[in-house]
Amino acid sequence: MAFVPLWFILITVLWAGFFVLEGFDMGVGMLHGVLGKDEAGRRAVMSTIGPLWDGNEVWLVVAGAAMFAAFPGWYATLFSGAYLAIVLLLVALIVRGVSFEYRGKSPAERWRSTWSRLLIVASFVAPLVIGIALGDLLRGLPIGANHEYTGNFWDLLQPYSILVGVALVSLCLLHGSTFIALKTEGALRYRAAKFARRIAPLTALLVLAFISWTHVTAGGGAFLNPVEFLAILAVLFAWGVVRSHEGWAFTATTFAIALSIITIFVDLYPRVMVSSTNPAYSLTVYNSASTPYSLKVMTVVALVFLPIVLAYQAWTYFVFRRRISDKSFRPSLTTRPAVSATAAMASEQAGQGATQTGRVVPPPPPSSGRGRGRSRGRWRRLLAGQGRRGGRA
Amino acid sequence: MRADLARWQFAFTSINHFLFVPVTIGLAVLTALLQTAWYRKQSPEYLRLTRFFGTLLVINVAIGVVTGLVQEFEFGMNWSAYSRLVGNVFGAPLAMEGLVAFFLESTFLGLWLFGWDKLSRRVHLATIWLVALGSILSAAFILAANSWMQHPVGYQMVHGKPQLNDIWALFTNPVFVWGYSKVILAALATGAGVMLAVSAWQLRRGADSAVFGRSARLSLVMLVPAILLAMLVGDELGVIEAKYQPMKIAAAEAQWTTCQPCSFSLFQIGGGNNDHTPTQILEIPHLLSLLATNHWNGKVIGMSPLQAQYAAKYGPGNYVPNVFIQYWGMRVMAYLAVIVVLVALWGLWLNRRKKLATSSLFLRVATWLVVLPFLINTAGWLLTESGRQPWIVQGIMLTKNGISPSVSTTQLIISLTVFVLLYGTLGTVDLLLMLRYSRKELAPAPPPAPSGDRVPAMEY
Repeated sequence: MAFVPLWFILITVLWAGFFVLEGFDMGVGMLHGVLGKDEAGRRAVMSTIGPLWDGNEVWLVVAGAAMFAAFPGWYATLFSGAYLAIVLLLVALIVRGVSFEYRGKSPAERWRSTWSRLLIVASFVAPLVIGIALGDLLRGLPIGANHEYTGNFWDLLQPYSILVGVALVSLCLLHGSTFIALKTEGALRYRAAKFARRIAPLTALLVLAFISWTHVTAGGGAFLNPVEFLAILAVLFAWGVVRSHEGWAFTATTFAIALSIITIFVDLYPRVMVSSTNPAYSLTVYNSASTPYSLKVMTVVALVFLPIVLAYQAWTYFVFRRRISDKSFRPSLTTRPAVSATAAMASEQAGQGATQTGRVVPPPPPSSGRGRGRSRGRWRRLLAGQGRRGGRA
Repeated sequence: MRADLARWQFAFTSINHFLFVPVTIGLAVLTALLQTAWYRKQSPEYLRLTRFFGTLLVINVAIGVVTGLVQEFEFGMNWSAYSRLVGNVFGAPLAMEGLVAFFLESTFLGLWLFGWDKLSRRVHLATIWLVALGSILSAAFILAANSWMQHPVGYQMVHGKPQLNDIWALFTNPVFVWGYSKVILAALATGAGVMLAVSAWQLRRGADSAVFGRSARLSLVMLVPAILLAMLVGDELGVIEAKYQPMKIAAAEAQWTTCQPCSFSLFQIGGGNNDHTPTQILEIPHLLSLLATNHWNGKVIGMSPLQAQYAAKYGPGNYVPNVFIQYWGMRVMAYLAVIVVLVALWGLWLNRRKKLATSSLFLRVATWLVVLPFLINTAGWLLTESGRQPWIVQGIMLTKNGISPSVSTTQLIISLTVFVLLYGTLGTVDLLLMLRYSRKELAPAPPPAPSGDRVPAMEY
């Protein structure tokens, strides 16, 4: 029955896709306070994912629902077994989601700093918890003959799993900072690139440790399998190019994060949850799978709609491809000093040759429609002063 | 105990989730209509209204999305035995919802929100319609899954497990067809109720009637047919449920004995699970027969004979749901809906006489009317879900057998507490924000370019 492995692959793709996309969202969430030195900067950093994060988060929802539909046994054991961890994850995801939306709804300093702090913590907790849970799948959990979890909350916190969590957080930080460097300009871009350079060696080290330990845990032989090898290669490549090439650095972190997730799933297969009680009790793709008819129906739906989703999400990224400047978030009176500071940063940056993705886009004239250059006089007048600017109501 | 806690948690999270869902669906459609009007007529009032109500929509969607995440995971967390047993049927519509609808709604909401100056007007208009479409489709898949729990179809039993063998049956299930229609109509009515309340509040405060008068009219034009149709569809749904889930309808009427013809009890005292002879205060002859069977002299089987019938079929046990919730859930839903209809008709009549914007009594009533759709929706879901008890899937699995064997009472208490505190806090914040933005003055008219005001939803 070919649908079973196919659905294991699809779920792997959904998890990898989730981390590729939401990975930089988490990074942006964790870093917006550090990189955005002032309110305008913080808002500029958050705006790099403003239109995107919601669609990215759906990857997680779909990954969960796909597990439910394709491998009900897996879904049931994992979500009931890792119970309190999932509660923690949900709290983090809820807090994160509303932080994005509510933060800008009041100009009060305390309101904004509170949501900022919540956003930072939640963006840290979410990948950490998911990483621990993914690690547990492979490392093994106490699971009985009836496929029910028999352990408690503390059994989830195994050293290997924690390493997976920490490595994922670090990957999100690197991925997020290379993303911000690619999506902003001026001082923000400079600071993001600098942060990426700093975190790259640590991330590379963590990923190296995580992949090696994964290899050992999965009982692999003397040699790494190709996915493990490529994951390490990708993170080392990211470290290598982060100093000089923004575009390549982001591409490399994308591969590093995707391959890290894929490694776990590849090393799991055909198991989906290892039982530490008795290997015979482990859940596998076969003993936890749905029926062939359901899988066939789901396959048709996935093969039709996944490409469509990918197409319109890609289009979204195309629409919002422009770099964002903190200057457009600053009331016009205060832009003058900011310009010179940014210019200084930019020249410093240029000196280091970090202009791979081309020209530094000049900041938009405040609030003008700079869409496709179509003349929309009335449209423009209507929106005058209502675009993305102004820090107060 | 654990089953009760798990049920409380599901009831609490889903009732809260469904406060936001209908507002999202209703306001998405209404905002799309406003933007279409602007696109067609070019009149700036419509643009101002689009952005104003779009902001309210976005505040809601955020919380609707994250509370939806909880729903999605909760089946595995608290109902693992259920998920294991029926995942291959029930999981399919859930996964389809994500792939087909949720992606659409979320992605295009981002495009709409941030795409004002990046997309052409035509494409930008399309994005808000796709948001509305996504939210409407999303409800379809969820309702298909829920309807399967009410009236399982399209499956065969293999070794005691239901296995899906006809996916289309899930979407032609009569419970789904009528239930889904009702949910969409109720959502449109809820969205319209919110828009009407906000417009009425603004008009009473002396806002520009050329602007909020339009949205008040639009919401009334949406509200009246939506709620009337919802009542008609609800009536038909009652007939269908009486056929497939007779216990639910008998309990909703606190009808212990079989009757023919049956009167509808408008108000009664007693009649709970331990009182089989309620004191009727007011009743209308033949109405229950008509509601439950579409026939003047239709027969409605009482709970006592049904209980005997179920015990014989499924083994000993109590198959009667909570009669108090059923009886009053039904009445709260129906009576409040009548009030909404009357007020909305009053509004339409005032509108005809060109007094809509000036009748301060109506505006005051219309503002407070907003509470009713939420109560109606909640009562409706209590009626549907509590009426299914003791089954989690009618005739296939009992609720108490569906819970997670590995989850302890302590864990359930912790998670319930966490969700109550979190939802309580966020619900309050959301309400305050909604009020704050509803009361905000409209962004000023274009030509004298506004300096201080901004449209907050468009940025962080």
